[in-house]
Amino acid sequence: MMTEMANGVPAGLLYSKEHEWVKLDGDVATVGITDYAQSSLGDIVYVEMPRMGATITQFDSIGVVESVKAVSDIFTPVGGEIVGTNGELDSDPASVNSDPYGQGWFYKVKLNDMSQTANLLTPEQYEQLIAES
Amino acid sequence: MPLPAFDTPLIFETGQEGRANCYLPEGPALETLLPREALRDDLPLPDNSELDVVRHFTRLSQKTFGIDTAFYPLGSCTMKYNPRINDAMANLPALRDVHPFAPDHAAQGALAVMWELERALGSLFGMAAFSLNPAAGAHAELAALLIAKAYFKRKGEPQRNVVIVPDTAHGTNPASAAMVGFKVLSLKSDAHGRVDPEEMRKVAGPDTAVCMMTNPNTLGLFEPRIHEVSDIVHDAGGLMYYDGANANALMGNTRPGDMGFDLMHLNLHKTFTIPHGGGGAGAGPVGVAAHLVPFLPTPVVRAFDAGGSAVDASGWRDSTDLTFALEFDRPQAIGTMRSFWSNFAHMVRALAYTYANGADGLTTVSQLAVLNANYIRASIRDVVDVPYDEINRHEFVASAQSLKRETGVRALDIAKALLDRGYHAPTVYFPLIVPECMMIEPTETESKETLDGFIAALREIVATAKSDPEQILAAPVNTAVGRIDETRAARQPDLRWRPPT
Amino acid sequence: MYTPHTAQDIEAMLRVIGVDTLDDLVRVPDAVALRAPVEVTPRLSEIEIAERFGRFAERTTAGGYTSFLGAGAYRHYIPPVVGAIAMRGEFLTSYTPYQAEVSQGYLQAIYEWQTYIALLTGLDVANASVYDGATALAEGAIMAVNATGRKAVLVSQAVHPNYRAVLRTYAEGLELTVDELPYGADGRTDLRALDAALADQRYAAVVVQSPNFFGAIDALPAGVAERVKSTKTVVIGVVAEAMSLAALAAPATWGAEICAGEAQSFGNAIAYGGPHVGFIAATNEHLRRIPGRLVGRTVDVNGKTAYVLTLQAREQHIRREKATSNICTNQAHCALCATVYLAALGKTGLRGCAALNVARTNELKTKVAKLDGFSVRFGAPTFNEVAIRVPGRAADVLSALERKQILGGIALGRWYPELDDCILMTATELTSSADVDRLVTALSEIPVRAAARV
Repeated sequence: MMTEMANGVPAGLLYSKEHEWVKLDGDVATVGITDYAQSSLGDIVYVEMPRMGATITQFDSIGVVESVKAVSDIFTPVGGEIVGTNGELDSDPASVNSDPYGQGWFYKVKLNDMSQTANLLTPEQYEQLIAES
Repeated sequence: MPLPAFDTPLIFETGQEGRANCYLPEGPALETLLPREALRDDLPLPDNSELDVVRHFTRLSQKTFGIDTAFYPLGSCTMKYNPRINDAMANLPALRDVHPFAPDHAAQGALAVMWELERALGSLFGMAAFSLNPAAGAHAELAALLIAKAYFKRKGEPQRNVVIVPDTAHGTNPASAAMVGFKVLSLKSDAHGRVDPEEMRKVAGPDTAVCMMTNPNTLGLFEPRIHEVSDIVHDAGGLMYYDGANANALMGNTRPGDMGFDLMHLNLHKTFTIPHGGGGAGAGPVGVAAHLVPFLPTPVVRAFDAGGSAVDASGWRDSTDLTFALEFDRPQAIGTMRSFWSNFAHMVRALAYTYANGADGLTTVSQLAVLNANYIRASIRDVVDVPYDEINRHEFVASAQSLKRETGVRALDIAKALLDRGYHAPTVYFPLIVPECMMIEPTETESKETLDGFIAALREIVATAKSDPEQILAAPVNTAVGRIDETRAARQPDLRWRPPT
Repeated sequence: MYTPHTAQDIEAMLRVIGVDTLDDLVRVPDAVALRAPVEVTPRLSEIEIAERFGRFAERTTAGGYTSFLGAGAYRHYIPPVVGAIAMRGEFLTSYTPYQAEVSQGYLQAIYEWQTYIALLTGLDVANASVYDGATALAEGAIMAVNATGRKAVLVSQAVHPNYRAVLRTYAEGLELTVDELPYGADGRTDLRALDAALADQRYAAVVVQSPNFFGAIDALPAGVAERVKSTKTVVIGVVAEAMSLAALAAPATWGAEICAGEAQSFGNAIAYGGPHVGFIAATNEHLRRIPGRLVGRTVDVNGKTAYVLTLQAREQHIRREKATSNICTNQAHCALCATVYLAALGKTGLRGCAALNVARTNELKTKVAKLDGFSVRFGAPTFNEVAIRVPGRAADVLSALERKQILGGIALGRWYPELDDCILMTATELTSSADVDRLVTALSEIPVRAAARV
């Protein structure tokens, strides 16, 4: 059970300023978008993922999230090799809206450099970021 | 003016196999003509009687709103009346049926149409030459950027790969830039909705390839310092591109060539009354200044006088005594953009339109387009926000932001309420820099009475929004269907009928 | 002129705006004022316009010739019902159906068009149209480039030369390499070099056209598409003569994952080259990379069936520089004409029409090949076009035919110097036996210059 901060920001995750979350498990990170992000985007209809095996660089645009009439870049919060993508989103993009921190995850990255996590926000910092916006 | 709400089954759900119409003589069976393995197994298409086909499509037409139905103030789209004489001329059998590979001597009249139109457009917009090759505005943007790329390559400046576009630009501008490998630099408009020459000075430089602008811009505002912007871009070694989507505001008054533009396109389906036809076909001639003429896409129409000398003078002239040829062999040309030479039937329509107006008429067209837009603006400014409340050109933007704050009714809701009242909606949520934007372009072919009716409807909608917002939020109710589940359409794409298994 | 304003109207409207004259509304800075008076056509009445264009028509004499021209623009019978429906003002004067509630009719018609193209090509989905066959190929190649991340395409030389030219124009912008596969002795694409070319997985796509530019049925033989796909290369099938789809094996059945085509043959006039109507069909795997508009079926707030433009986030007005294409305006009205045509002809009519095309072309082949010095250049079966080898230069033979009021076809030497003695001839359901006999008689009267064949 995830514990939540006041704004529904789960503890135990790291965040980017572009509203992605990162869950670390050893050197593999699971990435998704935050509840704040899904709620601002509205009904999500498609997520364009990086290819399996692709090497991605922290904060590069590596995919997009589509809602009915908008697209938003995914600026990956961590770099490394893509080792998993959430294929379920093709048939059920709605899970990004309904369960952004669970079934709505996007992809898994094997980190090439653990130090990059220092560039991310703590739950407290992220909570402050969205409180200010 | 409700549109009919009846359901119409798909054409695939009607008819009976073998219900053939009498279009063709009897012929042999395919199986006797070609090897079995070359043939398809099945052709799962419906057979309908001609009467049922006519009823099907007539019913569909009745659920479709056109300029012929009612007022269509769709900003940026120039939904003016499409004169029927244009279609009649395009349907003259000799012009309608001529094959693109017919020898030039058997297509002189068709070539004359193209040449006269090229000349008229060149003079009207201040360009040395036009090519009628591109199929639509975006296609012409692509052609123009390919011209720029070829030009800089030839000049030995291949490093120029940045296209500057104002943040009010049409989406095709950055998309076209991407198709030639150019990077896009978006330039923020100033507080008056204009491009600030000082901002341009900061970004124009040795990597600048092209600055793409339209004037008046997509807010409907004239850029009074356009010549300064042009000078800055030219001094930096770049080219100026004019997006002709808004050309209906300019004719006979000022010209892109005089503003310093080197390249431009026109949407003949906007300014020159070609029917939009539900989204196409359009036509997008690309025009260039003298130094870019060698790069134009092929083929180009060449004219020769009785003595066989090439006629290259700018400006329209009567073609009666000239002969014409298509020129394909142009070594510096960017190539060709499409299967065949032009959307020729539309060139016939556009030329017929220029004949119906002449220079004075086209000047009046633009003046009255501006008059109509400003008349609506001045008549609604007290009930909706008009963020740039000054003399606009052929269109202007209003905003529902205050109304939304006060009542919850958004631009989208106003759009739908207008549909209920028999008007087409304005363009909403474009340009992106104005929140709750409604972009209104009435065009010159609408009478004062029509505009007054629209103004009254809009004022009534705003009043209703304040007294009974739910009524506006529920709109439309008089249309064939209500608001549509677009999320479902995108999440579970159903893009075709499939035969029952 | 088509402006309804009276002087009183203008005066009243100016007063509301708060300016004195029309000139006050359109004034521009001196720096950008007109530098020269505008010179355009004179202003004419409708009667005079009709006279003027009547003269343009008189100077366009091609209609007086018996024509065997084809090569990507085909003369087919268009039932008057097509024009009667298509010219209805609601269809003709509507904009792109962004306001779906007042565009249900047009949206349904485009959904039907997408279905017709999907059924004819055998593929899962088709878009709402692109400009024409050549740009369809270019856009299809971009789809393959985006699908594979590779920057080269391999195109058969038997693909329409204009289509290849347009592909090269687009390739210049995107910095793609376009390599070519030769054609073989029977007029079909020579696939012997294919496996070697695919070995290093450099190509995004292999492009073949069927029927190809020489009229030859050039569907990939069994097993080839599988080999191509095993290198993660996309098979693009090009169809320049859509009428062939009514008869020949659907592109999907011989392995095309993307089909780029031209549907002018379905109810659209030739009109000196446009507007015609291109289409792109593809497997579901490529759905998100399809350029341009797509109509989808969904429901409205009351659960009623409704149609709407969908998957718009692919498109330029939303995704801007990251869009799948810059296309905005398409060929909707031409697609509508095609849809009405297909509905009117139906399965029975279309198959009959396709059979007549083959029969008339076979008749032409047989009769011309009996002439001394003339032969069918390639052995592969054909649909409605055929390359005929003539004694002497093709261009000279065509000129001689023109003097007899016949447009005999197209000199293939224009694009294939080695086929300088070949004419591409086309016969459709509108080509009568009498037309063929006229051609044969005219050809038999042309003096044979055997020396020129060396």
